[in-house]
Amino acid sequence: MPEATNADDSDSPDSDGVQIDLISGERMDNMATMEKIRMILDGVHDGNIVILEEGLTPDEESRLIEVTMSEISPDEFNGIEIETYPKSETRDSSLLGRIMGNNESETKLTVIGPANQIETLHKDETLISALVSRD
Amino acid sequence: MGLFTELKDSISRVTDRLFSEQEPKRIGIYGPPNAGKTTLANRIARDWTGDAIGTESHVPHETRRARRKENVEIERDGKTVTIDIVDTPGVTTKVDYEEFTDEMEEDDAIRRSREATEGVAEAMHWLREDVDGVVYVLDSAEDPITQVNTMLIGIIESRDLPVLIFANKIDLDDSSIKRIEDAFPQHKTIPLSAKEGDNMDEVYDSIAEYFG
Repeated sequence: MPEATNADDSDSPDSDGVQIDLISGERMDNMATMEKIRMILDGVHDGNIVILEEGLTPDEESRLIEVTMSEISPDEFNGIEIETYPKSETRDSSLLGRIMGNNESETKLTVIGPANQIETLHKDETLISALVSRD
Repeated sequence: MGLFTELKDSISRVTDRLFSEQEPKRIGIYGPPNAGKTTLANRIARDWTGDAIGTESHVPHETRRARRKENVEIERDGKTVTIDIVDTPGVTTKVDYEEFTDEMEEDDAIRRSREATEGVAEAMHWLREDVDGVVYVLDSAEDPITQVNTMLIGIIESRDLPVLIFANKIDLDDSSIKRIEDAFPQHKTIPLSAKEGDNMDEVYDSIAEYFG
């Protein structure tokens, strides 16, 4: 499975900073659901902010919640903050729409980070504003 | 002859049950913590069976196990709709035990948070595998556009489950039904107060219409 973080120690993020991993849709295309979830949660456990160009499917989101819950541990990991744009009224989520190939709502920029480091300030259909703090 | 008749009747009753009667649909009550899911489940169960389902509390994550009330028979317009109600733990992506330490000792708070995480995982499993329809409960005094609500409605839609949105707590001053209707215009929103029993006739009409 490809690593999202840089393996070279000399490029490791400064301890004062917050590492942001922007992961392309292409990189996610060939990964299995659990590989995607593992990559996201490994990044978040390291204190990174993970940004997915194309997000996750609803089923993958459901499994991400389930796996996140199993890894929550008092004083160590409180879970994740995850943000995507809410669905627009104009998008077609009907069964017919999906059968006809209208999967616009399936790809959405997604931001995921440790719950204790990322706070959403504002969110609407076109804007997500978040505050990222050091641990 | 008597034995044969009895046997024939018995076989007939079993086959009738197997092939003619529809199994009650399992309706999952979902939503974020503290939306009033258990209060609603108890209201429905008490109205139609006389029994409650679970304990209600203002402290989040009081419900930490999915609980099913079987064969709830709701009568509307001379017809009876039979459903199983599944009251589920509030779904979230984070649980911090320190949220509970004002209300209880640290050990109890840690245990509550651990059980809460198991409950959320259980709720997600029920949603993927074991429910036939969803009542999505929101606190109408809170902003409905949260990531958990957006994700859960998306997950429910992706499974093509029939869903009703219940705008609960309309007895509160800050309640706004329009805010919920605007957030999820693709679904029918029904206002109610499960605690006060307000607008329950429309609640039961809608349940019978959608899940009957």
